[in-house]
Amino acid sequence: MIEISDIKLSNAQIAWRAAQDIHDGAYVNLGIGFPEMVASYQPEGREVIFHTENGVLGFGAAPAPGEEDWDLINAGKKAITQKLGTSFFHHADSFAMVRGGHLDVAILGAYQIAQNGDLANWSTGKGGIPAVGGAMDLVQSAKRVAVVTDHITKKGDPKLVESCTMPLTGVGCVTRIYSSLAVVDIEGNRFVLREKIPAISFDDLQALTGAELYTNEGVDDLICPEDLV
Amino acid sequence: MDITVATPHEVIQQIPDGATVMIGGFGGSGAPIELIHALIDHGAKHLTVVNNNAGNGHVGLAALIEQGQVDKLICSFPRSADPTVFVEAYKANKIALEIVPQGTLAERIRCGGAGIPAFYTPTAYGTEVAEGKPVEEFEGRSYIRERWLKADFALIKGDVGDRHGNMTYRMAARNFNPIMATAAKVTIAQVSRVVDPGGIDPEHVVTPGIFVNHLVEIRNPAQEEELNRAEAVYP
Repeated sequence: MIEISDIKLSNAQIAWRAAQDIHDGAYVNLGIGFPEMVASYQPEGREVIFHTENGVLGFGAAPAPGEEDWDLINAGKKAITQKLGTSFFHHADSFAMVRGGHLDVAILGAYQIAQNGDLANWSTGKGGIPAVGGAMDLVQSAKRVAVVTDHITKKGDPKLVESCTMPLTGVGCVTRIYSSLAVVDIEGNRFVLREKIPAISFDDLQALTGAELYTNEGVDDLICPEDLV
Repeated sequence: MDITVATPHEVIQQIPDGATVMIGGFGGSGAPIELIHALIDHGAKHLTVVNNNAGNGHVGLAALIEQGQVDKLICSFPRSADPTVFVEAYKANKIALEIVPQGTLAERIRCGGAGIPAFYTPTAYGTEVAEGKPVEEFEGRSYIRERWLKADFALIKGDVGDRHGNMTYRMAARNFNPIMATAAKVTIAQVSRVVDPGGIDPEHVVTPGIFVNHLVEIRNPAQEEELNRAEAVYP
């Protein structure tokens, strides 16, 4: 079998693909770390308003090194910037936006995603110190919850599974997965394959997926700009 | 009416052993560093602290934990760039931890301040965080019941204040500060600048003075992230 590490998409490419689905005018929350990359690949002509849990809407990109104001950070504790249209608010209002269903899209990372949309992404369940942050609020209440992730773990185990074995972040919440090999929707408690990278066969992709992949309406090629690494 | 005081110490000293203390801040922004350090100097022990995080480096909340003054921490995210102090205390069973999803933490505090003893939220339904909590269905969806969260004291940081306690905040340093101000029996606030009443446009007041008991001016306050980047240690 082919070496997956040679053909899989980079995190930047996955982020690029996820960004293509965010519509003009959307209010979007990006999880800490990898999901934050989605902000870098907004298609031209679309204006997206980013929300961060610690009380900022419509913030700008990271400041130049040395220009940081550490009272202006995102939920990942990284420095951000103010721009025209930015607003500040306290934590209860911030989560009223989340819990009240006002966010159009939340994009998070994942340890495991089950075919019924359950998500595990906050605790491996193996001891260590649990830390949930705002993830449980976001996944239960954003209008659309998507995941960006490697298709398999570093050990080669599927991340798309029949049912999660790790502690859940939310139940039945994920509707689309942007993986390093494919775009998979969750519909009617099933994984529905929408796109896959041309370099992998359906059978090989199925072998790397922990539950059955359905192909309702045909499968498109997942093609991303090659210079995104 | 004048709720301003000259130094943090004269009001922090009323915090007794065993008190529940809410402390504002999120990551390296918005923590009332001078008030926390005054609490360290004062030395009250067996505290229950409510904060989003568990401190960073060796200043502020991390220093309070390092001094052994905190028995229990209620927070959403005890990880940070340098959570060494909390991690060591936790592993040594010197500190108890209650993990609360961030939005639930915020709403529990808001409800504590608003006189609402419990509320229903979809957050954490079906997860281990919801274990033992009552579940009820509304419009076909399941919600868990959460309780208000109140404190004996809140230590908060603002930007501008007046002698009535009206306050503004600075950018993302606002975070939990305004809601914590409402949820404590005694709220102690530090601001960078005290102005005469009228010095803050009423349209710009974020925390009305009714929620604040003591106000102390700390010009050029310490900023937690900057302290940590300078590897500061307190005391």
